[in-house]
Amino acid sequence: MNNTTKSIQYYRIVRIIRKVLFYALVILLCTIFLSPFIVMVTTSLKTSADAFTIPVKVLPRKWVFTNYPAAFEQIPYMRYMRNTAVITICCVAGQLLITPLVGYSLAKIKWGGVRIISALLMATMMIPYTVTMVPIYRIWSKLGLTGTYAPLIIPSFFGNSFYIIMMRQFIMGIPDSLMEAATIDGCWELKKFTLIVLPLTKPALTTIGIYAFLGAWSDYLAPLIYINKPDRYTLSIGLQSFFNLYTIDWTALMAAATIFVLPVIILFIFFQRNFVEGVATTGLKA
Amino acid sequence: MKRTKMTRRARNNINGFLFALPWIIGFTCFSIYPLLASLYYSFSSFNAVTDPKWVGLANYQNILKDMLVWKSLKNTLFMAFVSTPINLCLAVCMAYIVNKSFRGKGAARTIFFMPSIIPVVASTMIWIWMFDPTYGMINTALHWFGIQGPAWLNNPQFTKWALLLMGSWNTGTTMLICLAALQDVPMSYYESAQLDGANAFQIFFRITLPNIAHILVYQAILNVINAFQYFTQVYVIITANSGVKNTTTSGGPANSILMYPLYIFYNAFSYMKMGKASAMAWLLFIIIAILTAIMVKVTRKTSEVAGSE
Repeated sequence: MNNTTKSIQYYRIVRIIRKVLFYALVILLCTIFLSPFIVMVTTSLKTSADAFTIPVKVLPRKWVFTNYPAAFEQIPYMRYMRNTAVITICCVAGQLLITPLVGYSLAKIKWGGVRIISALLMATMMIPYTVTMVPIYRIWSKLGLTGTYAPLIIPSFFGNSFYIIMMRQFIMGIPDSLMEAATIDGCWELKKFTLIVLPLTKPALTTIGIYAFLGAWSDYLAPLIYINKPDRYTLSIGLQSFFNLYTIDWTALMAAATIFVLPVIILFIFFQRNFVEGVATTGLKA
Repeated sequence: MKRTKMTRRARNNINGFLFALPWIIGFTCFSIYPLLASLYYSFSSFNAVTDPKWVGLANYQNILKDMLVWKSLKNTLFMAFVSTPINLCLAVCMAYIVNKSFRGKGAARTIFFMPSIIPVVASTMIWIWMFDPTYGMINTALHWFGIQGPAWLNNPQFTKWALLLMGSWNTGTTMLICLAALQDVPMSYYESAQLDGANAFQIFFRITLPNIAHILVYQAILNVINAFQYFTQVYVIITANSGVKNTTTSGGPANSILMYPLYIFYNAFSYMKMGKASAMAWLLFIIIAILTAIMVKVTRKTSEVAGSE
């Protein structure tokens, strides 16, 4: 009897220790994963002298907000932001317009091209951008459109394999019976699409819209190749103007980075489920 | 009757084609044409203003002689084959943790996933600041434990490890996919193993791991392919070190972070050797295709083994 209570006690203690260790591990990992965010925000609230004083403290010795106005002054931040916003809105619009059309064609119309297009969608995702980079540059250069936003925006109006696959999977899940009634009524394909299928694709459209936003907002290589006038820079390129200074003003740069990252984090908080769905349904990286 | 069926099929073909037309045009202009053009370019010499002139195998011979091509290939291979196991292990561990039920599980998932959606330019800038030898957070944290941290991004011995550390921050997507795979393993497997008296380690290595192996191999392929496309991070780091945008052709300290795509970029847009850049790109394409084929074959084998057990 005494022995069993002892062993019960022993197991209870072991369980508590294991629980404590587990929580310690989780908290440690979370702290490590959060630390870059913490460093970004706290640095943006330090004075320059504070950030460059040893020993380095995590929290500011003196909290200041002057870095935010300074970031807007040191580089034409509002202009970059507007440029980025214009490009992003156009790209999202393009993807939202095209993706459901192609997805519908592959999911619900029984025609000869479905199988080959589905295979090619997967194949195009395997092509490294480095291979197509130079010829695509030559196309835009021949058209005299380098230096404009056309090379950044127009490709969005021809769809993206990743989004189309996502949309095709979604539309496949819409029951055929919903559309059969319309077929009997002699509806046109386009009418069937706009009246019946399109309203139902809203959840998929939200997910695709978010991914398209993220892609355009963070895009780096395309603006780097095509945009050469400073007043046309996007934020991702423009932020590097901080590197042109003799010494990098890290406190202002971190303030600028915080504002750059903020829309993404807000979007993530509101649409977390869509982000997770996007990853889980296709099992592919964007 | 037969005629209406025929016309319906024809109508379907027309409709299907028209609905898919935007993608078909895009595929022609932005995928298949550039792919073929690039192959032709790789046998010719030209720059941004001149037209391609056929030079035969000269570009490829040029590549073989260029030491920097080999250096950049070596750097990229190192990143691909060291980062993949690190990231996969980390992702599986994190997925394993957030698959357990505990208070704060949702918050932990959010925290692990969030870094992977941050714009790469922003996250790279944060990391450059964190890696600062004197005022950066990483060396400060090491100092708390009495360790003198290295000059991460200035010392060629440490640059790649800094990149690996930076990359492991972005394992959120892989974690989510591993999590979905873990949740697909039937509970009955675990229950019967527990009845047989298996311990936690045995359960993990004998049941969990074989059942998610196919997903892991697939993620490994993606990770390797992504590593071969590694560009933005190193370009931002190099710009931060050298100061002026668009004029640098540096490969970092002792060319230690000169990645293959970065060297292609320099050749195409800085040295204006677009033919050589195309040849390098095709070499990369072939390497990726071979690696993918090998890994797909391995996946088939591992899933067969897992299935037979």
